[in-house]
Amino acid sequence: MLADFNFRIIFEYLPLFLTGLKSTFFISIVSLSLALVTGIIACACRISGIKPFKYPAIAYIELIRSTPLLVQIYFLYFGLPTLGLRIPEIQTGILALMLNSGAYIAEIIRAGINSVDHGQIEAGTSSGLNYFQRMRFIILPQALGVTIPPLLGQAIVLVKDSALLSLISVMELTRCGQTMTSERFMPSEAFFTVAFFYMCIYFCLKALADWSQRKLIFTEAC
Amino acid sequence: MMAFYFSRLVEIFPFFLKGLWMTSKIAFISLVSCTLIGFILGIFRSSNNVILRRIVGVYVAFVRGTPFVVQIFIIFFILPEWGIQLDAFPAALLAMAIMGSAFICEIVAGGINSIPRGQWEAAASSGLTLVQQLRLIIVPQAMKVILPPLVGQYVLLIKDTSVVSVIGVMELTRVGWVTVVRIPEGLMVFSLVGALYFVISYPLILLSNYMEQKMAV
Repeated sequence: MLADFNFRIIFEYLPLFLTGLKSTFFISIVSLSLALVTGIIACACRISGIKPFKYPAIAYIELIRSTPLLVQIYFLYFGLPTLGLRIPEIQTGILALMLNSGAYIAEIIRAGINSVDHGQIEAGTSSGLNYFQRMRFIILPQALGVTIPPLLGQAIVLVKDSALLSLISVMELTRCGQTMTSERFMPSEAFFTVAFFYMCIYFCLKALADWSQRKLIFTEAC
Repeated sequence: MMAFYFSRLVEIFPFFLKGLWMTSKIAFISLVSCTLIGFILGIFRSSNNVILRRIVGVYVAFVRGTPFVVQIFIIFFILPEWGIQLDAFPAALLAMAIMGSAFICEIVAGGINSIPRGQWEAAASSGLTLVQQLRLIIVPQAMKVILPPLVGQYVLLIKDTSVVSVIGVMELTRVGWVTVVRIPEGLMVFSLVGALYFVISYPLILLSNYMEQKMAV
């Protein structure tokens, strides 16, 4: 069992794992930033009340939320070439993660905006502010604090979801574990190391999320 | 060419229904077991016993901190090294149960912790045993907090069953993956797969939205 856990082989493969870790970081950061932009646009369309924007946004969000990420990844991976688009796997993967997280982020932002008390909007209106001024000065500053902890939660989900890109042969952390398993057939060393790296990322992000929760969310003392 | 592939796809549609049946089977069995284990662990997690709470906490952190694919690989490739041989289907169920119960555990613990201390004290001073306190007083009230995120979690778990296709369980995603090799129309094949997932998970999403509105006070 764990008695013959071979640490030497892990050190031998450490450079491979570190490139995998770097790749996971890169994929996560790029797709998270793109997803933020997508989410903000989708949310703005959804709450705009303009029908040609609103309904496509709703369709996008609901379609993404009701199908598995793996199916979305395969859809792009096998589907884009039939449209004549041949892009590298890593870009397909980032695109899939961006579209997937974008829908969830749109919902997080919408929940944040909805959490602002309606009286605030009325107060803003009666102070003579127009729609954009109300958004800019009253709603968004208050919504921002509420959205940051769940956004960090989404970042955790995104990092874990990026492991699925290993299935379309993107060379990231999980794929490194698979490579090592196929070369040396030492699955426990390979996958426990992979799990260890993911845990490190998870604990950092979790600490950040908990800290922001304490700092930003006003909880009533009961 | 499109029309030809489309007719081929219609021809093998029963194959997809078989995949859908497999997905529903995995989803149903794992949802039931996740809920049972999750509730027990959640009660442990919110108990006063520090050791019990820590042990469950470590379990939850390990499961939540690693991707589901990695967990499946650990179960499928590493258990045999330790002398436990599992077929793909039981391994998939085991992985789902471990993963889902950790998430449900946190939801249940959050619900139970949201009940004010006074309720426990009142229940205890009415002479109820610990099990009675939980069953009659605490859990019924906590259900209001637990249910909306629980249904949301069910949707996520149903979608996560797609990941067990990596160890060769012939469920919906795997069927799509096998089909796309023979019918090279990725958009068509995976739209169909996505549509079948939509049929199962969208009603649950609507239910979760409805509950959130209804239970929010």
